[in-house]
Parts: sequence; C-alpha cells; structure tokens
Amino acid sequence: MKMPAPDPALIARKAEIVRALRRIVPGEGVVAEPSDLVPFESDGLSAYRQSPIAVVLPETTEQVSQVLAWCQANGVKVVPRGAGTSLSGGALPLADGIVVGLSKFNRVLEVDYANRCAVVQPGVTNLAITGAVEAAGFYYAPDPSSQIACTIGGNVAENSGGVHCLKYGLTTNNLLGCELVLMSGEVVRLGGKAMDADGYDLLGLVTGSEGLLGIVTEVTVRILPRPQTAQALLLGFPSVEAAGACVGDIIAAGVIPAGLEMMDNPAIRAAEAFVGAGYPVDAAALLIVELDGPEAECAELSGHVRLLAAQRGADFVKVSGSEAERLAFWAGRKAAFPAVGRIAPDYFCMDGTIPRGRLSQVLTQITELSVAYGLGVANVFHAGDGNLHPLILYDVDINGDLEKAEAFGADILKLCVAVGGVLTGEHGVGVEKRDLMGEMFDETDLACQQRVKCAFDPGLLLNPGKVFPVLHRCAELGRVHVHRGKVAFPELPRF
Amino acid sequence: MLDEAVRTLKPTTPEEVRAILAEAGAAARHVEVIGAGTKRAIGALDRVDVVLSTQRLDRIVDYSPEELVLTVQPGVRMADLERLTAARGQMLAFEPPNWTRLLGARGEPTLGGVLAANLSGPRRIRAGAARDHFLGFEAVSGRGELFKAGGKVVKNVTGYDLMKLMAGSWGTLAVLTEVTVKVVPAPRTQVTLLLFGLADVKASEAMGLAMNTPHEVTGAAHLPSYAAHARPLKAQMPVTALRLEGFEASVAARAEALAALLKPFGRIEMLDVAHSREFWDQVREVDAFAGDPRPLWRLSLPPAVGWRGPHGLPGDALYDWAGGQAWLMTEEPAAKVRAVAAGLGGHALCLRGAAPAFGPRSGALGELQGRVKAAFDPLGVLNPGRMEGGG
Repeated sequence: MKMPAPDPALIARKAEIVRALRRIVPGEGVVAEPSDLVPFESDGLSAYRQSPIAVVLPETTEQVSQVLAWCQANGVKVVPRGAGTSLSGGALPLADGIVVGLSKFNRVLEVDYANRCAVVQPGVTNLAITGAVEAAGFYYAPDPSSQIACTIGGNVAENSGGVHCLKYGLTTNNLLGCELVLMSGEVVRLGGKAMDADGYDLLGLVTGSEGLLGIVTEVTVRILPRPQTAQALLLGFPSVEAAGACVGDIIAAGVIPAGLEMMDNPAIRAAEAFVGAGYPVDAAALLIVELDGPEAECAELSGHVRLLAAQRGADFVKVSGSEAERLAFWAGRKAAFPAVGRIAPDYFCMDGTIPRGRLSQVLTQITELSVAYGLGVANVFHAGDGNLHPLILYDVDINGDLEKAEAFGADILKLCVAVGGVLTGEHGVGVEKRDLMGEMFDETDLACQQRVKCAFDPGLLLNPGKVFPVLHRCAELGRVHVHRGKVAFPELPRF
Repeated sequence: MLDEAVRTLKPTTPEEVRAILAEAGAAARHVEVIGAGTKRAIGALDRVDVVLSTQRLDRIVDYSPEELVLTVQPGVRMADLERLTAARGQMLAFEPPNWTRLLGARGEPTLGGVLAANLSGPRRIRAGAARDHFLGFEAVSGRGELFKAGGKVVKNVTGYDLMKLMAGSWGTLAVLTEVTVKVVPAPRTQVTLLLFGLADVKASEAMGLAMNTPHEVTGAAHLPSYAAHARPLKAQMPVTALRLEGFEASVAARAEALAALLKPFGRIEMLDVAHSREFWDQVREVDAFAGDPRPLWRLSLPPAVGWRGPHGLPGDALYDWAGGQAWLMTEEPAAKVRAVAAGLGGHALCLRGAAPAFGPRSGALGELQGRVKAAFDPLGVLNPGRMEGGG
C-alpha cells in the first residue's frame, strides 16, 4: 500500500501551520511535538503508521470551520479523526497534512424521547448514546464491536454496522440529521428531527463517505425502545455447509433474527480458549442466533429455529436461560478478534460481503489460499447479511509476511467480488481496499463518485489518499465530453 | 411546459438510454424523465424537447428470496413486483404508495418512479423509506455516461452511497436502468387498534405513548373528523389507529399489552387482518383527500411537534408516521405553509395545487445541492426545473 507522495514544501511550513492553528485553537488544542504525535500515527489498521504535521483538537463548530477555511486557503490537507478505531485506515494521517481530532466534542446535547431521537456531538462514543437513554428503556441500535471506544462521528463517516444490523440496519438507517463543516469552512445542516428533508438526501450521501466530504460536528440519531426480552441460541454443526444452509432456512421461514453469526472451527477454538463461553470446540461451524421481542415471540421463533437446526443436523444446541448466559454466549464472539490475536502475533481482518448461497464455495477457496500462502486464517461471519470477516494470521517480524498477508487479503476480496459480492460490508475502503476499487467499479463509475467529492471539496484537501485509487483533478473530471460523429441506434426516433 | 407534440421515447436497453442522453447533451436538448408518469404532476417542468420513459425497461433481472435481494429494470410495475414477492412470502418493507387516485393519474406506477421519488408508506416509522432499501443501481447520468454504484448484497459500504442520492432526486441526476432493492419476509399477520374521538393533541399523546413501547408499532395514524368522515372510512368522529404486525403469538401478546396501556384513552376496537390491510391501504393512499379540489400539502415534521389544529394552519389534516407526516388541505399561501413547516423543524411539499412542489434553495446548502446536480448533469439535460424551489 502506497500513499501519495507528500509535498516537502508543506512539511517545511510546519512552524507556520502550527502558529496559525494555535491562533484558532489556543492552549493545548494543537499537538505538534513529535513525541506527542505518536498516539495519532495510526488507527485500528495498525500495520500502517504515519506522523502528521500536527494534530488540532477543536472544541467548537466555529473552530472547526476556521481550521478548515484556513487549510483550504493555504492548501493544507486534513485528515478527520474520531477515536481512531477504523479498521481500514480511514484516519491514517498524511505526512504533509494535519489531523483534526473530534475527541473534545464529547457531549450529549439533547435527548428527545417524544421524537425518539438524541442530539449528540461526534466525539460521543457509540455505547455512551445507549448509556444516556437506557434508564428510560431506550437504546441506539447499531453496535460495532468497538462500540466502547468508537465515536458516533466515526460511525457516520464509516457507516458502521455491527452484529444487530441484519434487523436494525447500519448507521445510515438510524440517523436523522447532522451538522457538517465543508472544507471551505461553510457549515450546513442536513436533516433534523423529521424523517426526511427537502432536496437531495445529502445526509445519506455523507454517511459512509469516509471523511472525504466534510467534518461532522453534530449528529441526530434515532433511538429505539429496548425489546422486552432477548434470547440467544448456540447451534453447533458438523459442517460449514450445514450451518450455511440452516441460515438460509431461517430466513426462508420468515425469521429475521436480531443477530445471526457464524464462526468456523479455528475461530471457535480461539474464542473458547480465550473466554470460555461454552462453545463446542469440535464443531466445524457454530451459529449464534439472537431473537428479541416479546416473550411470546422469542419462544415461538426459538422453537422454529431449533427445529430447522435439527433438520440440518445440528449436534449441539444451547439456549440462553438468563441474561447473564446470553451475554456469555456473545462474549466469545465479541472477543473473537483479541482471541485470534493471542494465537498469532498479528492479523488482518477482512470485510467482504457475499451472497450467502456462495458461502461454502468461498470458505473452501479461502482454505486453499491459506495453504498456498502458508498463512493461517480464522473466519467469523455476520451470516445473516453475508458479511464475512476472515482473520488472516501473520507475523510482522517475519520478513515478507506482511506483504503475503496483504496479497492473501486482496485475493479474498477479489473472490468476494467475483461471486457477486462486494469489497467491504462495514469497515470501509480507507487505504486498505483503495487499490481494489477497480475490481468493483470501472473508470466511469469512479469518476461519477469522484465528481461528488469535487462538489464538496474541489481542492481535494479532505482525507486524500483514501477510497479512490487515483484522485483526479476536479477540473479534469468536470469537463463535458461531447462525442459527435457517428450516431448510435440510428433507427431510434430523435428529437 | 409540456407540449402535447413532444415525442415520448421508450428505450428498451441501457445502451439506448445512453445514446439518447449523450445526443441530448451534444444538441443542448432537454429531456423529461418518467416511468409511467403517474407522479409527473408533482414539481414544475421547464420546456423539454423529448420525454424519455423507462416503461419498456421492464425485465426482472434476478430475484433471490433467500438472499433478500431483487434486481430489476426500473420500468417494472409495482403491482407486478408485489405479486412476485408475495408469491415467495416477501415484500418491499417500505410499503410504497401509488398516489394515483390522490393525484388523479392514469397508469401503473413503476419501481423506478417510486425510488426516484423516495416514496414510503405507513411502515416508514419502523422499516425506513425507499432509500433505506435501495442497494445498488446502474444508470445513465446527464453526461450520457452509463455507470453503476452500490452492489447486489444487503450489506455494503464500498464507495459513496449514491443510492441515497438517487432516491428522491426525481430524475434530475440520472436515468436508472437497473436497480437492486432489499426484500424482507412479509409479516404473517396484523391487527390494528382503533381509538375514537380523540382531539389532535390527545391523539398525538396516544401515538407517542405507543411508539415509545417495545411493541414495534408499524403504523400510527390519526384521522381528525373531516378525514375520518370522508370516504372510505365514513366514521362519525376522529379515529386514531395503531398497527402491529408479525408472528401470530407475538401480535396477540403485543395487542393485549398495548390495549391495556391505552385504556385511559377510551374505547378500543380491533381490526382483523383483512380490515387492517384495507385501512392502511387507505391511509397509505391518502384516500380521504382524493378528489378534493383544495391544494394538498405533505408536511414532514418531527413527529411530536405542533398539533395545534392542523399545525396552526386552517384546513383539514390527516396524520401518518405517528405525526411525522402530516397531510394538509389548505388554501393558505405557499410561503406561509412552508414557513410553518420550517418553524416546526421540517419542510413542506405541495402535491396538488398551483404552488411549486419544492421549497426554495438558499445559502451554502442550496449551493451545495446545485453543485451535486452539476456533478451528474452539468448541462441541465434531465427534468429541467423539476426540483426547482418556489416561495
């Protein structure tokens, strides 16, 4: 993975840039000492590190606006950052840019139960939103695994998912509005507390735009009443195929579980060794099925699911009998990444989505690739929505292992696209999958997306080097090519 | 304005669409884009040289019920899609309306038109709008370029979410040539609880109370006297309705719990499956206001606001989405209706009447919207003026 070549002239202007930022954000809000910049060098994709020119930690929308306006006027690149938990390198700094960190935007501004929404600042963590409303029986539905640490601003940037998005949707389906600062420093409000807004749906466009279109300084999220009960089932299967078929059967029966997860044997073993969740270590595949709703519904659906599992040969069935047991079932799954971290020095987490029907074919081919590359792999899978997370195990201290792991990961994602799937289901493109965008999109597709970037940030200063394999100059993209000459379909009636 | 002599082209392949739009751009021509044209009365239109209908792009490309995805060309008729998905026990969760009776239109709405207008029905409060179920597309931009975005799986964040941008763009950015949408299992059964005689503010309270329970209300509407009295309900007093859907045992348990909770609001009646379906079809289609000569507005609002009569405007109202979507027939000036809606934290769309459908654009946001339009259609080929705002 290569970042665009930094501009040495910009790096040389460090002192001037820091002075200008300090005029806007006084006190400790500007970090410039090399040793103080170390914590900002990387995000959740720790294989890549880069120190920025400086980090600025504004506290008000006005400061964000002034910082961006100054950067635009001075040609300085900007990387926005929430908690830095991105798994795709979305917050990886640029050597010739500054980082704008939103950690000081950490207040819940308003909880409006009558309209079932909360207005929060972008630095509030995902879990803290639920924390602010749970006493009243509400919660915020999207629950990425990093929800203790990740911020809602980052969730908006990445359109984060989680284990419950099969039933409750991704971030984009749970947002009502935001305040956005454009690279020009202009501040716009998108949406609000109503269910839709006038004009183009720019809120939907900005969600998942990976920090390339603007910086979110306020977010209005939908909150939901907490379901009355939730029950989890552990189902062990003698083969991955049987478990995959069972997932299809559950959905065909009209059941959309709150969560529907699959783990393969290496992932089961790693998780069980780590947390002792009571997983069947001999099973080839484990399903965790969570049902929520009124007690009568959970009881009815649990019966359906157990019957379907038995018909597919499930030889291990455990139903949570208490809330503590339900959480214990999830503890293994939620700890799958650190658990795998114990059996290998480093791992890459992939994030492709596939049509579920192609699961066993894809897992078989991943196993073959694992043998060919000589690197281990454990698979966890949001089975309900086809979002696959192969964890590639490697050791960065072994010469060439990182490059091998990158190549292995790229092969997996190409495979996902080849079977009709996509490069990323919830982690984002970032720098990690940037160079694979061509697998899914041709030049015209990418040009259409990049013209949107140009509508928001014509100077290409906001988070460049992410998402797009090549960032074309906006003037070049904006040109209208009029092809005269031969007319296609001459038989069609014309104007 | 639309001239009767303007020719309608009905391309049958994406390549034909591309050729037409490329040539239109080169010749500085303007194109009205429609599906079946059932909603073309919404929004003004500057002079066009030709009409492009996607009606004959009507192929079912792929339907995978087990993957919860459906890929079709945009000209497929909604009625056909409903039959197709119902045969597999599935549906489009966002319950799109037709509005043909409401708008006095002829023809059969198409999925392309529904997506372009981002329509959704009463289940919006639970399931989201068309935009939340729009997974991917191929389209031809105003530049005459055939391009794609999104994917054909239910979970995807690769690249910008241009589906959100196309949904509700009223054909002003690109002409859809293939779309992929999410389908979900249809609920096994439904019931509706009816409350009677509630004043608007009381009804708002009742709906808010129900929405704030975990009982998963999938329809919450209030019909004040005029709307309740109109066809087809012909009730003698205001009616407030709450719908529950799902598996039988679950629906029964939730209906009982909800009825107990709403006891302080007076007598409660239950509509069985068939009557419940019929009732919500009528709410979705705003049947109570069909055929009335008065201007009709749709106000999108924070659900719990207002409720001082029809939001302080003289006229007759019908409230859906627990109050988040207010239908209002009023003779008040457009500027006043828009100002009231904006003051309440929402916006107003004029569906019927002399006023422009959309509100004015202004400031940094208005300029940004203009730049987004120019990114896809710099020459202004597509639906010129359709989304232009008026006072």
